[in-house]
Amino acid sequence: MVVATSFGPGVLGRLDSSARRAGSVTRRNVAALRSAYWVVVISGFFEPLLYLYSIGIGVGHLVGSLALPDGRLVPYAEFVAPAMLAASAMSGALAESTFNFFGKMRYMKLYDGILATPVRPMELATGELLWAMARGALYSAAFLGVMVGMGLTRPLWALAAFPAALLVGFAFGGLGMSLSTFMRSWQDFDLMGTIQFSLFLFSGTFAPVASYPAGFRLCVQLTPLYHGVELIRGLTTGSVHPVLLVHAGYLLVMTILGLLIAGRRMGRLLLK
Amino acid sequence: MRPALAVFESYLTVYRRTWRGSVLGSFVLPVLVMVGFGLGVGHFVDAGGRLGPVRYLDYIVPGQVAVTAFNQGSFESMWPVLSGFEWSRTYHSLAAAPLRIVDILGGDLLFIVFRLLTTSVVFLGIAAAFGAIHSPWAVAVPFVCALLGLAVATPVHALSARMTSDSYFSLLLRFGLIPLGLFSGVYFPVTALPSALRLLAYLSPLWHATEVCRAATLPGVPMSALTLAGHLGYLAVWLVVGFWLAVLAFRRKLVS
Repeated sequence: MVVATSFGPGVLGRLDSSARRAGSVTRRNVAALRSAYWVVVISGFFEPLLYLYSIGIGVGHLVGSLALPDGRLVPYAEFVAPAMLAASAMSGALAESTFNFFGKMRYMKLYDGILATPVRPMELATGELLWAMARGALYSAAFLGVMVGMGLTRPLWALAAFPAALLVGFAFGGLGMSLSTFMRSWQDFDLMGTIQFSLFLFSGTFAPVASYPAGFRLCVQLTPLYHGVELIRGLTTGSVHPVLLVHAGYLLVMTILGLLIAGRRMGRLLLK
Repeated sequence: MRPALAVFESYLTVYRRTWRGSVLGSFVLPVLVMVGFGLGVGHFVDAGGRLGPVRYLDYIVPGQVAVTAFNQGSFESMWPVLSGFEWSRTYHSLAAAPLRIVDILGGDLLFIVFRLLTTSVVFLGIAAAFGAIHSPWAVAVPFVCALLGLAVATPVHALSARMTSDSYFSLLLRFGLIPLGLFSGVYFPVTALPSALRLLAYLSPLWHATEVCRAATLPGVPMSALTLAGHLGYLAVWLVVGFWLAVLAFRRKLVS
């Protein structure tokens, strides 16, 4: 199969044509957007804001201030907002990469059609993940904008937190896609939803992990959302320390592993 | 009543095969919230003492049982109803049997009451194990939950019967049910809200049920008979109007 690209037939050319094929998978999603669906996409902005307002302001009224890992006291809303951002990046990425992905794969048989074209499984996985991330990026940017507006972070720190939120999305998008290839039926998603909800509650989201019992804290520190929350919180509150690199590294490795597993499993499931 | 019981029985027959899936959503998630929020965040709320002598865990348990009923009543009236008209089309089969619209709806609601009662009883049992129940009036809570669940199930039934696609459910959730769940005094007193939002909370059936549940499980929260009647009466109005709307919507779909 020869695809003409500006880079010629070498390694760069192969990468370039691979990226183009992944891009065409992403563009399919854009083309499939219908007018009514836009309202649903836009309404996704409101959900994290509602939680932020209710928990941050309402419960914050009861909690007062909390200590960051570096000992600085911040109002509860400032503590909880970055965690909401991480959690919404997670749930957005998982929704797109599990429910929608599974539906397209098993019921709409979309990928059978796509894989009959020159698109390879890995490119398909990348293209679908890019689409999920494009939506996630819009939501994250809007949320950070609101945080700046409410005085919960500074504009420059918000800019720094934006790529971190994207990284959280990529990590969970990769994980979700590889999980989808193992799902047997919709019932398995109930279990996934429960695990996702537990991560949402117990990743240092609403209370600092330092207040968890020691054994439980260790378990939490192994899970991915914890790293996402700590990374984004470190940036939006401006308490930067080298450990943030560990958090980022964890998420990066998770993204790469997720994509590799998803690409390989899809090849096995669909290219028989 | 017998025809409605037959419809109810048909749901139970299905539920015998599917109940395991509902355990996660109905029991596990509310308990996780109770632990994660009541104990996790409660640790800091109690340290601040802004709720007075009441522990935060004790404060959110009655709210949590009410919001669980609220969610259950609405979820059981969303996808299942849409599916009954659009996907599995069970309502069309039911309408072909010698059943009236009120029998079909009655069967639906009986099943929802059954789910509401079992869920809230189990939840209260777990809450009691955490030491969060402080009054014998707690035995009334499952019935309040059943009333609340029906008060939302009936209007949501009416909405779902008029829908053709489940995309609209995300709108209903994001602009209706989630805001009501978050701002009805479940997790913090509505007095912390600005006055416009507080008015909305007072209109929310969930707030009324939460108030009653809280009076029933917390010590020293007396509620006069008149206030109690007001809260329950408000829920009953939702139930009656909702039922009427649901009958109209079902009739439009099934009788032509």
